[in-house]
Amino acid sequence: MNAIPQTNYLTETRGLKSWLLTRDHKRIAILYLIGIAAAFLIGGIFALLIRLELFKPGGQFMSSDTYNQVFTLHGAVMIFLFIIPAAPAILGNFLLPLMIGARDVAFPRLNLASWYIYVTGALFAIYSMHSGGADTGWTFYTPYSTQTQTSVISLTLGAFILGFSSIFTGLNFIVTVHKLRAPGMTWFQMPLFVWAIYATAVIQVLATPVLGITLLLLILERVFAIGIFDPKMGGDPVLFQHFFWFYSHPAVYIMILPGMGIISELIPVFAHRKIFGYRFIAFSSLAIAFISFLVWGHHMFVSGTSELAAAIFSVLTFLVAIPSGIKIFNWLATLYKGSLTFEPPMLYALSFLLLFAIGGLTGLFLGTLAVDVHLHDTYFVVAHFHYVMVGGAVMAFLGGLHFWWPKMFGRMYNMFWATLAAIIVFIGFNLTFFPQFILGSKGMPRRYFTYPPQFTFLNELSSYGGFLLLTGFGIIFTYLIASLFHKKDRPGDNPWGALGLEWFTSSPPPTQNFAEIPKITHGPYDFDIMKPERTYTFTR
Amino acid sequence: MSQLSVTENHLQHHFADLEQQRESAKLGMWIFLITEVLLFGGLFCFYAIYRAWNPDIFHNAHKALDVRLGTLNTIVLISSSVTMALAIRWIQMGNKKRSRLYLIFTFLLALTFLVVKYFEYSHKFHLGQLPGKFYTYSGIPGTNPHLFFSVYFTLTGLHGIHVTAGMLVIGWLILRTSKGDFSENYYTPVEMTGLYWHLVDLIWIYLFPLLYLVG
Amino acid sequence: MSEEKSHRGVHILPLRIYLGVGAALLVLTAITVTISFIHLGPFNLVVALSIATVKAILVALFFMHLLYDNKFYLLIFTFALLILGIFIILTLFDTMRRGDIYLEVAKPIQEQSEIYSDSTRFSSPEPEH
Repeated sequence: MNAIPQTNYLTETRGLKSWLLTRDHKRIAILYLIGIAAAFLIGGIFALLIRLELFKPGGQFMSSDTYNQVFTLHGAVMIFLFIIPAAPAILGNFLLPLMIGARDVAFPRLNLASWYIYVTGALFAIYSMHSGGADTGWTFYTPYSTQTQTSVISLTLGAFILGFSSIFTGLNFIVTVHKLRAPGMTWFQMPLFVWAIYATAVIQVLATPVLGITLLLLILERVFAIGIFDPKMGGDPVLFQHFFWFYSHPAVYIMILPGMGIISELIPVFAHRKIFGYRFIAFSSLAIAFISFLVWGHHMFVSGTSELAAAIFSVLTFLVAIPSGIKIFNWLATLYKGSLTFEPPMLYALSFLLLFAIGGLTGLFLGTLAVDVHLHDTYFVVAHFHYVMVGGAVMAFLGGLHFWWPKMFGRMYNMFWATLAAIIVFIGFNLTFFPQFILGSKGMPRRYFTYPPQFTFLNELSSYGGFLLLTGFGIIFTYLIASLFHKKDRPGDNPWGALGLEWFTSSPPPTQNFAEIPKITHGPYDFDIMKPERTYTFTR
Repeated sequence: MSQLSVTENHLQHHFADLEQQRESAKLGMWIFLITEVLLFGGLFCFYAIYRAWNPDIFHNAHKALDVRLGTLNTIVLISSSVTMALAIRWIQMGNKKRSRLYLIFTFLLALTFLVVKYFEYSHKFHLGQLPGKFYTYSGIPGTNPHLFFSVYFTLTGLHGIHVTAGMLVIGWLILRTSKGDFSENYYTPVEMTGLYWHLVDLIWIYLFPLLYLVG
Repeated sequence: MSEEKSHRGVHILPLRIYLGVGAALLVLTAITVTISFIHLGPFNLVVALSIATVKAILVALFFMHLLYDNKFYLLIFTFALLILGIFIILTLFDTMRRGDIYLEVAKPIQEQSEIYSDSTRFSSPEPEH
């Protein structure tokens, strides 16, 4: 019925070389999708190994040393290879030029280089798994990381290289937003996803270089024993933590900001209302980006920092919750008296609202200095960050993927399986991680391969949840891939009846994005002036 | 308007005009410079922390640096910034030969900087004034004098790597200028390299007093 | 030579500005080296950094054209320096104030004790200034 346009960015040129040498931001997004999906699989396998080992107390099938390697690699792969790149490099790359009416990002060749750098970093990480792994935790704390005989250098080099991919992507996006907006598009006519990606890019360019220097210093310390982190030589191991967290705290906002931008796009479409508080949401993205640089010390409350610094960081941490709270209120206000429909993207958006709220609020518990003294390095922390990273960022990413899938591929997935999978993922996720809040508050420490027997029941629940989550992800993966092979019943250009500029070119778009660059004379979500018709009725 | 010959048309397809392209390049380069500031910033933090903790070692150890060589290098780098700026100015006025000449001056001054650095480093290697576990010199009073040299070598080492990289890019610019790739209509790579080069100079402007002068 | 505009309308700085700034930088270098030999105690650092900052401002405003270009570049450059400043200052709040609690709580106790007459045993890690 609705045919895919004869030539689009997928079909216009063919052959492996046309993909590996592409400068098209849309193809680069797909290249990232493949790499990042593979990384998610690897990180996920490590997660399963963790939950298998923790199913019962005592060593199940791995030694404590092996367990240390497993959680280290789970963290390092998921953070550096999956969650930090995912939303910016896949959805950001695909959508940013479309949303601002440009033909590509500012530096297409740099964009491709970013992907190759990502792949190189990933290869270093994979190599390190074979050459001895790492057992330091993804945080590489000194003095252990300078002394352990595992393959710390290759893993940190991998992370160092991946940092450049992130920096160049951020640089590209900032210039794109400043310089390549369609004629007539002012800042306040940009969609909220673009604001979010812009704020993310600011963090990427400011914070990631500090990670670079941190990892470089760690490598120098290991190889040349320069003494910066070694107390025997007058150095300070806590200094590593300052350097490391100065990047890694803003990094968590790199993970969540694009997700928040996605939610700002999804909720209005499926609540059939315009977004409430556009400017508040836009400015809150910038506020989060700035304040995120002020709070890194809250990861170090029990590391031996001065009481003065700890108190200052605790107070500053409360500040960072405010802009996030503003967003939640605006999203809720958008839902209020909306006419809600519950397609899969909306299910993910609603999951996000609940799970991110829980994750964010528990972050405040941890930011409270006196409470953190008891909760630090327990499963409470593990639960908190999985609620924000998985319950928040991954849910938002899945919602975005499901929303823009027809835009990217001109195909729709099976609605029944997608709905079922969203519910399974929601239940599986909560079953996995909610017990961990309780475990943590009861004192179960993290990064241990065993635990006292009184924690067994909750750990079993958590492990069952992990398998349910795996099932959910497996279903998603299957029907998404299957959808690419659907021959008939194409969804058309705008299956959701959405109002953003990206929906007013064909799905999939042509390589040049738009036949003609539009002249913008109205707001970011006022394209209903052009009266979009929903081009797809869901029959499955 | 379009007086440009085919070989001079550098407009990439996704830009509306050369002006937008040039401004994008400039913004991109400034953002890149900012990442360099944050990269070196980490090392300046390293300096600040350890200096605040060990003012005596830093005072004693800094005397091991040769102020004359440091001052010479400062003069060399400042001069190279001038020649770089002038190279850009010449190409802005369309004089390719002069532009290339000043690029060559810049290249040679950069090389001089590295040669002086080589002498400084080899003197330190000779005396055992090295970072961390390699430190074997005994002439500096105080505990952990190697800390100063860890700071010194990481800061000047990273800076030296950036000087070298800049030199290579300037060499490439000299080749391209010789081929006539640049003109008063298009000299963006020269301008962008200039910005990078001035940042390298800027960093040295802070390194020099912090390492060589202040005790 | 007076200011010129290329036929693209780009602002070309006159030669005297480049040479003037270059000369100023060399003079400032001479000044900072000379002053470093005069012992001013902690002010040596302040003076040296101030002179370095003046030099840096000259390079940034003139050689890098921040004075003449879109002020946005100046804004983001300054912002980056601000973030760097936050990093250094907040870290110093930690490193320079460790042991505060020992001074307040432990020191009065240990001063009264007989066993721990070697008061460095529980004193703050950093030497008191």
